[in-house]
Amino acid sequence: MSVDLQTVKRVARLARIAVSEEDAQRMTGELNAILGFVEQLNEVDVKGVEPMTSVTPMEMKKRRDGVTDGNKAADIVANAPATEENFFLVPKVVE
Amino acid sequence: MSDLTHLTISEARAKLRGKEISAAEITEAYLSAIDRANPVLNAYVTVTADKARDMAKSSDAKLAKGEGGALEGIPLGIKDLFATEGIHTQACSHVLDGFKPRYESTVTSNLWADGAVMLGKLNMDEFAMGSSNETSYYGPVINPWRRSRLDTVVMPTTHQGDGGFVSAGGTKTARTLDNAQLVPGGSSGGSASSVAAFLCAGATATDTGGSIRQPAAFTGTVGIKPTYGRCSRWGIVAFASSLDQAGPIARDVRDAAILLKSMASVDPKDTTSVDRPVPDYEAAIGKPIKGMKVGIPKEYRVDGMPEDIEALWQKGIAWLKDAGAEIVDISLPHTKYALPAYYIVAPAEASSNLARYDGVRYGLRVPGKDIIDMYEKTRAAGFGREVKRRIMIGTYVLSAGYYDAYYLQAQKVRNLIKRDFENVFAAGVDVILTPATPSAAFGVADEDMASDPVKMYLNDIFTVTVNMAGLPGIAVPAGLDGKGLPLGLQLIGRPFDEETLFQTAHVIEQAAGKFQPEKWW
Repeated sequence: MSVDLQTVKRVARLARIAVSEEDAQRMTGELNAILGFVEQLNEVDVKGVEPMTSVTPMEMKKRRDGVTDGNKAADIVANAPATEENFFLVPKVVE
Repeated sequence: MSDLTHLTISEARAKLRGKEISAAEITEAYLSAIDRANPVLNAYVTVTADKARDMAKSSDAKLAKGEGGALEGIPLGIKDLFATEGIHTQACSHVLDGFKPRYESTVTSNLWADGAVMLGKLNMDEFAMGSSNETSYYGPVINPWRRSRLDTVVMPTTHQGDGGFVSAGGTKTARTLDNAQLVPGGSSGGSASSVAAFLCAGATATDTGGSIRQPAAFTGTVGIKPTYGRCSRWGIVAFASSLDQAGPIARDVRDAAILLKSMASVDPKDTTSVDRPVPDYEAAIGKPIKGMKVGIPKEYRVDGMPEDIEALWQKGIAWLKDAGAEIVDISLPHTKYALPAYYIVAPAEASSNLARYDGVRYGLRVPGKDIIDMYEKTRAAGFGREVKRRIMIGTYVLSAGYYDAYYLQAQKVRNLIKRDFENVFAAGVDVILTPATPSAAFGVADEDMASDPVKMYLNDIFTVTVNMAGLPGIAVPAGLDGKGLPLGLQLIGRPFDEETLFQTAHVIEQAAGKFQPEKWW
């Protein structure tokens, strides 16, 4: 399979990365080189093989559903580009 | 005073405990070595000199009372991927501009609890995506190794007195260093370069497809990627969560064992951290390997591999045989599919993990006309080319209509790769010996690699299988090629059998010797 310019622009939109016409052109070639390389996986017979879900056999660890941490609002917003009273500030999303 | 930066961790540990040297002295020695070398090698992105001095002071107080921890007073470098409280942590990306976490990663917490001293944060490929350390926002790291050429020098007839040296003419050979700058490998290029150039006693690193072992091989250092689940991933910036593992890069096998013992732990904060005690890895060193079954996989003999590497592999086989190991030919039939499967699984996980960098909670924000425009502009400005490429691939293979063809197929192939190893281990093989990389270190801004991303990806052809199967792998220096550059061998072990890797790697180290670059910086 290969991608065309329109697909690259659509994927960039899904990935939330702004691309110029020139970027999209370049990426089309690069992405096709990578997709061409991974194509050889189609020749592998995977009949009856389950997809991997965990690389080491392990049971998901569970802990008691309790509060173990908290009261760190100031720490949580400390690195944000814009905040007000421990809220993250973003451009207006509702008119 | 001999150069304190040239002591191994085990040597420094003995001298610190014996009060022959102080943590303050060794820390100062490293800080001044960094001052001199870093403008050229670019291995550190931040040097935490004040913190290092404070930590050394408290180590000296502990050592004076005989209360030192396992790494008391040992100065280490930390890869920029590990969250360090209040200190530059950016995965060498612009998108994490100014990020200073309010918490400390489990691995680094373990090191500080054992008394280690932090020298600073080490350069790396952006988000650990790269095999040359050229994708860093902070510029490439330079390998302290350079190619050299053997020249035949005609000797004049000379007579010298006291030294007893007499030359009656004739010729001798001398190595001349080439000026071309080489890459240290990646993504842990800063870790490898700083360890090889004596800018830290050891370093933390991480490995998703070969990012510890390939740079270790390129710099003549020892690097181990432990079994998935051995080191906590808590507080390590995520790239591909089902593949990422932390491990050390060190100057010899013993130092790597000492560091891994401290880095590894059982951590309730990481649900994939495995509930099993951390053994004393150092105790495995020096144990005989007589009777051990060493597998040699035929699929690791690839087209275009330099003769030097094939020759080194044969040498490695001979060394282990001489030490009493039994050598058996094995087959890992799905080896060639590991790299293509990796380039689906890793970008898919990365596209998901890197979705969090949106200009809202931390790092860079580029204003836009609305929130989506802000996200898109921030991510366009914040991520470098390689990172964008992988996010795009990952987004594409996970998008509606393509998921089964790509991601599901790759995860099935991944199970087959893992099964190959399981079959071999079930047949009684204890450890697998392979080359670590398909070439020695290459030049900075190599045109071939820059023009075709897949060429760069092929660097990980021998290491990536190990991540796909979650196994432990160690790269150990085994010799120099015709141009005087270090080459490494890789040992792959059973899950959680890092001890066998240290034990066997030590046999190779004893036979091959240690290697250090000629100082030009």
